[in-house]
Amino acid sequence: MQADAKKQSWMYENMFKSRYYEECMEAAYLEGKQPVFNMANGPVPGEMHLSNGQEPCAVGVCAHLDADDAVFATHRPHHIAIAKGVDLKAMTAEIFGKKTGLSGGRGGHMHLFDTKVNFACSGIIAEGMGPAAGVALARKLRNEPGVAVAFIGEGAANQGGFHETMNLAAVWKLPFVCIIEDNAWGISVAKTDATAVPRNDVRAAAYGIPGEYVEGNDPLAIYDAAERAINRARAGEGPSLIEIETYRLAGHFMGDAEAYRPEGEKDGLLAKDPIPAFRKHLLDSGVINEAALKNIEGAMHAEVDEAFEFARAAAEPEPAEALEKVFA
Amino acid sequence: MATPKRKLTTAKAISEAISQEMEADENVFVMGEDIAKLGGVFGTTTGLLDKFGPERVRDTPISETAFIGAAVGAAAAGMRPIVELMFVDFFGVCMDAIYNLAAKNCYFSGGNQPIPMVLMTSVGGGYGDAGQHSQCLYGTFAHLPGMKVVVPSNAYDAKGLMHTAVADDNPVIFMLHKNLQGMGWLGTVKNSIVDVPRETYGVPFGEAAIVREGKDITLVGLGVTVHMALDAAEALAKEGVEAEVVDLRTLVPLDRDTVFNSVSKTGRLLVIDDDYISYGVSGEIISSVAEQDSSIFKTSPQRIAFPDIPIPFTRPMEQFALPNKDKIFNAVKEMMKD
Repeated sequence: MQADAKKQSWMYENMFKSRYYEECMEAAYLEGKQPVFNMANGPVPGEMHLSNGQEPCAVGVCAHLDADDAVFATHRPHHIAIAKGVDLKAMTAEIFGKKTGLSGGRGGHMHLFDTKVNFACSGIIAEGMGPAAGVALARKLRNEPGVAVAFIGEGAANQGGFHETMNLAAVWKLPFVCIIEDNAWGISVAKTDATAVPRNDVRAAAYGIPGEYVEGNDPLAIYDAAERAINRARAGEGPSLIEIETYRLAGHFMGDAEAYRPEGEKDGLLAKDPIPAFRKHLLDSGVINEAALKNIEGAMHAEVDEAFEFARAAAEPEPAEALEKVFA
Repeated sequence: MATPKRKLTTAKAISEAISQEMEADENVFVMGEDIAKLGGVFGTTTGLLDKFGPERVRDTPISETAFIGAAVGAAAAGMRPIVELMFVDFFGVCMDAIYNLAAKNCYFSGGNQPIPMVLMTSVGGGYGDAGQHSQCLYGTFAHLPGMKVVVPSNAYDAKGLMHTAVADDNPVIFMLHKNLQGMGWLGTVKNSIVDVPRETYGVPFGEAAIVREGKDITLVGLGVTVHMALDAAEALAKEGVEAEVVDLRTLVPLDRDTVFNSVSKTGRLLVIDDDYISYGVSGEIISSVAEQDSSIFKTSPQRIAFPDIPIPFTRPMEQFALPNKDKIFNAVKEMMKD
């Protein structure tokens, strides 16, 4: 079923929020790292993987999910966390390493856990797969509602954990969906150099489950495909595999010079930026008018700004708190 | 009326403990390779399939990354999985699910997402199974933060420690030595088969047991090496040397106090470990005593452990490398000269 106006509006809102979030994050991340870039410096140290361009994947899938549904994201998690409804202030404080962060600063940008909305992510490629299948198994064993969705990148489809988990989920008919965000690059290695098939959805045949490829980084097409897979999972019919063509509009991480990209690729992708494209669609199709869009954008600016202000103002944790929470 | 005593093997004690936990809490379930119809390659899940059915006693594909990862997710979602993986040597193929997920998610979530799961495995050699089926790797898992590590030496402790493990809200690596489990196809150390109460009881983590008292030297062991130490202590007693034997029982948490207090009394420390010698349990025990007070030593502390070599297949080479009663006896005699 096509996304109604309310859903489309929600999707735009979250895409816009996510992009503005990444823009603010980029600025905060670069503080203290110029003119000489040193990852250890500034208010946000460590690696930073921005999700610019991949927002349609997050909103198209999460538009179908409730708080009971579990999502496991990747090392590039912000867009998915936002679409899943992770507490934005606590998430931002976590990325700034503050006491009021989701885990008091122990996890950082690649290890965000918000149990209230069943969101988690991992910095290891394909390693959200097993835990997602495990949540799906728990939901099934406990007769509880809820499905589990693992987001992975296209490079992760070459990991053993992908194959093992797809097979396990299919054998056990788990309420599980695997979403592959195909941004065409595993850091610097092109999908065409790393993956034996052009599209990973064909691998679904190996598990006897449906597979779909969604072209064009189109939030509405993603919404439709995700609906089919999630409905199937909710109906107890087992897992599905969806690969989505998406665009990584930033480097693999901040500081990536992206010299491996063919000349002109980046400009071509930027010209296809999904956010202005979706905005235009919403206006052209009459789903929403300019004034309402402006309202949304203003509200999202305010919400993100507030989260960053909260994070900046928050206290640092006591250093010795590092010794706590190893065990429950 | 007191229940009549009965002796159990460690494997039977473990399957009884799991069965009782499954009866008490429907969130407890078991999964792993060959754990359902076969009852576990080492017999630790015997009878569970008949009693609880295939939903709660799940044979898995040979996909350790998937099912141990799934245990992490299931534990986060309210279940209390007990996962069996028959040889600790196989943990290499799914190490990430263990040390990056199970062990770290509690910390990464600021304590909001505990991972209550038990990962049960078999360790140890001595029966010619060569270097990919005979390791102990106690030190490897005890070294990595975020997991509790249990190494029982007898059936009574095994059952009580399993009850404690299932009740614990953290990942527990439960390491059972093959020479102690009581399989039909491999010899079993007789003293590991002991009286085991039918009822549920807990053996606490972090409490070592003094399994033999003595005043002259402290022998510290775990799992099968406890029995080697006890055998050596008996032989030493005939020569007038009274050895105290400490069974560590759990490596994480580690009962440093019991070891220290024993060495305070005896002044001599010998650690016996069938895991690799360097960077492991034996070094940890010695340093934790030494850093507290090195003046208590009457002689330099010593260790007998597996040399830093892969475990060789052929009997003369493997037996040369493993700790045994005679090595302990001779080392103690040497240490008693000081």
